[in-house]
Amino acid sequence: MSQLVEIDHLSKTFGSTTVVNDLTFSVDRGEVLGFLGPNGAGKSTTMKMLTGFLPPSSGTARVAGHDVLREPLALKRALGYLPEGAPSYAEMTPLSFLQFVAGVRGARGSQVQEQVDRAVARTQLHGVLHQRIETLSKGFKRRVGLAQAILHDPEVLILDEPTDGLDPNQKHEVRALIREMGKDKAIILSTHILEEVFAVCTRVIIIANGRMVVDDTPEGLSPDPRRLDDVFRKLTTVQAPRDEKPAAFMMSSGSGRGDARAVDTAQPGDTPPAAADGSAPDSEERA
Amino acid sequence: MSVVMHIARRELRGYFATPVAWVFLVIFLALAGILTFNQGGFFELNSADLSAFFKYHPWLYMLLVPAISMRLWAEERSSGTIELLMTLPVTMQQAVFGKFLAAWLFLLAALVGTLPMWLTVSYLGEPDHGVILAGYLGSALMAGAYLSVGAAFSALTRNQVVAFVLSLMASLLITLAGWPVVLDAFSGWAPDALVETVASLSFMTRFEAIAQGVFELRDLVFFLLSMAFWLFLNAAILQRRKAN
Repeated sequence: MSQLVEIDHLSKTFGSTTVVNDLTFSVDRGEVLGFLGPNGAGKSTTMKMLTGFLPPSSGTARVAGHDVLREPLALKRALGYLPEGAPSYAEMTPLSFLQFVAGVRGARGSQVQEQVDRAVARTQLHGVLHQRIETLSKGFKRRVGLAQAILHDPEVLILDEPTDGLDPNQKHEVRALIREMGKDKAIILSTHILEEVFAVCTRVIIIANGRMVVDDTPEGLSPDPRRLDDVFRKLTTVQAPRDEKPAAFMMSSGSGRGDARAVDTAQPGDTPPAAADGSAPDSEERA
Repeated sequence: MSVVMHIARRELRGYFATPVAWVFLVIFLALAGILTFNQGGFFELNSADLSAFFKYHPWLYMLLVPAISMRLWAEERSSGTIELLMTLPVTMQQAVFGKFLAAWLFLLAALVGTLPMWLTVSYLGEPDHGVILAGYLGSALMAGAYLSVGAAFSALTRNQVVAFVLSLMASLLITLAGWPVVLDAFSGWAPDALVETVASLSFMTRFEAIAQGVFELRDLVFFLLSMAFWLFLNAAILQRRKAN
């Protein structure tokens, strides 16, 4: 039986630059997948292809069995998507914006209000429903985007940096919401915040230069959350000098679990020169 | 169809969320009035028709429609909402047509605002209502055609000012296609058939015939095909450039 989200040898090239390079993975119901990688690694591009916004250069993706190239509308119905930066129509109020999205997604009559009420309750937007979105704080805008994504209670959620710009309390609430929804959905979220992976994710994929370097559980990646920064830096920066030989890199460190464990047993002093560039993360200083 | 209506309604509400829509309506009506009475010499003509009024509609649309069309796609692209719209279960055709429809309805509302002209001329004399009706229908179609040109150029850029200038230039060429200034560029070397084809693309010459009361089926087809062509171009541009 196929899984809810299947990414199948997905690649994207812009001109001569390969942004996403032959990614293959799948996510099933009950999984919350943390999608990590440095800026420019191809996280957002992958999400844009998975949601049908960008056509893949090669390969394909399926959501709930619908192929992104053959059945784009069925695929888009099956998923909720929070694009990067949580764009929404600035001159609208959250209420009219959510009603619009519900209508376009096919809700009729009382369904619209039910869906909007549920999404508003889950994202705690009550206080700002009648203000223009352009007047809202960054945190509220992000939550409007999140409300829009979960409006139709989709089986699959794709969230591009869902907690970016939220204060610690809001982050906590959104993470609790994602954990809660993750029980019966397949969720993919990208983030820069490594602790978030431990807070919400059941699985982690790290990509660098468009290629997958790790597919593991958060605990498998690093038993100690505070050490995750080191692991991340090792996995994503060691590749830079070998950019012209990505295949060799894949063979040496791209094989997933075993390798991630090997990395986390390393001592802080073992940080390779490529990573020791003076911008040492907090956890390294603590160690 | 319902998806189209949702998109059109949202777009139309967006116009009235800011004073821009009202400013546009006032400018449109004021300009239409000034052109009719001052430039067109409505009273001096001493004739119970609206030829002085319809005469300037191509110029009116050429100048003002780009101000409406410029935001159609440029704004969606610069604010990133195009990614939201295109990942909803919406086809490109529905999105393009829905937004076009909203802008067209808005222009028709502006045109409806000029109906007191018709009342005035009816009060002053015995006009041929059939001719005036043909003029209004032709004007409505021509507004849609200008709009579709602007919509395509709006899809080309994220910058509304660039979209405005490009639309204005394209609209100017199309308006003047039947005039010597454009035709002279072709008549020296091109076969007559091509010159005639270019001339026949002019919105202005076609509309002038309609405003005289000669509204033929082929005029209707011409304007509908123009809209279809430019909206097709709009969708094709968007498909290629939406993520840039």
